[in-house]
Amino acid sequence: MTEKNRRILWLAVFIGCMLPAADLLRRLFTGDLGADPVETLIRATGDWTIKLLVAGLLLTPLTRILRNPLPVRFRRMIGLYAFFYVCIHLTLYLAVDQGLDIHAIVKDVLKRPYITFGMMAFLLLVPLAITSTRKMVARLGPKRWRQLHRAVYVAASFGAVHYYLLVKLDITWPLIYGAILTTALGWRMWQAMPLHKTLRAGA
Amino acid sequence: ANAGTLKFTKSPLSTKGEELTSLKDVTGYNNFYEFGTDKSDPAAYAGAMKTRPWTVEISGEVRKPVTLDIEDILKIAPIEERIYRHRCVEAWSMVVPWNGFSLSALINRVEPTSKAKFVEFTSLADSKTMPGLLLPYLDWPYREGLRMDEAMHPLTTLVVGLYGETLKNQNGAPLRLVVPWKYGFKGAKSIVRIRFLERQPATAWNTANPSEFGFYSNVNPEVDHPRWTQAKERRIGDFFRRPTLMFNGYGEQVASLYRGMDLKTFF
Repeated sequence: MTEKNRRILWLAVFIGCMLPAADLLRRLFTGDLGADPVETLIRATGDWTIKLLVAGLLLTPLTRILRNPLPVRFRRMIGLYAFFYVCIHLTLYLAVDQGLDIHAIVKDVLKRPYITFGMMAFLLLVPLAITSTRKMVARLGPKRWRQLHRAVYVAASFGAVHYYLLVKLDITWPLIYGAILTTALGWRMWQAMPLHKTLRAGA
Repeated sequence: ANAGTLKFTKSPLSTKGEELTSLKDVTGYNNFYEFGTDKSDPAAYAGAMKTRPWTVEISGEVRKPVTLDIEDILKIAPIEERIYRHRCVEAWSMVVPWNGFSLSALINRVEPTSKAKFVEFTSLADSKTMPGLLLPYLDWPYREGLRMDEAMHPLTTLVVGLYGETLKNQNGAPLRLVVPWKYGFKGAKSIVRIRFLERQPATAWNTANPSEFGFYSNVNPEVDHPRWTQAKERRIGDFFRRPTLMFNGYGEQVASLYRGMDLKTFF
């Protein structure tokens, strides 16, 4: 792929990830968010967070399987977009859903497992977002940086649990996300295993 | 096809001082899992359900079991407008001008025996028109139930319309139950059978998850759902939440039904 095409692709992915937010904004101003706009916004931004996290986690396996470095180049952008959506998600929960009632929020986080998991997932994503720059990779050293960023598997899993715990009955999507995450994590672990490395070296 | 205008009088049992939720939201934001789990699914898919002809079997511990045609049910008692708060177990709420009459009018007609302690309501389960039945969320057909004294309470309403028009399918046409002091799911939709029983019936949500959805399911801000709080609710149309009222604000009328009961145990 030429440098020019790569730039076009980069821009397309960048705009593509922004579209859900733009669409929600459009629906907010045209009154097209349904009977419960707050609920719609919270659900949609949460949904995009987990979609992007899961998509981001598939990029490394994809790069290795395709033996093409292209997918992994989008990892940071996708990850940061996931963080962007989770920030809106959390802000809406704190400011609108809970009306910034600190007492109620603390109680909610401690008492309700789905909120607890959601909050832990968010807290895990914060250091990852902060250390997402090239400078921070250099400062931490690639090895430590990689170790730190493995936390994204934990964050995404907590996100899936958060989702699983809040639905009333229809757990289809939480289970789909869970299955993809498990597969991706399993694949990475298998790749890291000495046996696999030996086999690959032998071949 | 089913948008008929109803003649009605205003009920003294109506809730006063509440702003009505718009017709658009009342008919576009529904939980009716037979048509899918998304709240826009019922409005999108319920149109396929046939509500005429429609009969309701009334059986069990009654002296006069009968199968009534919906047209006859409409004549049991004068249709009233009853404005009630409607509180969903998911912590949102509406204010709906229902049209119907007290369930007690129908109950008195079939003369329950002394053995009748509970009433069970069964909803339509028609796999041809209800795609949601394919998914094993609930043990279909949808069933709900009330204790006899709850069923006889004047606030307990058999609903045939809202906003002065016959019910739209997504709201449970042609006949549904509304029990304003309980969470919305207690109000069975599209009822095909009303059965009088000696024992407490198995009900849909209670069977699916007994630790989360109780048989009584009275609106109670002090008893949280295990996974979310019931202390506050978002009134559809509002941005911020408001406090939830005990018995959904109908405590004065219904609290005596539960005197001496621990509402944390019998949630």
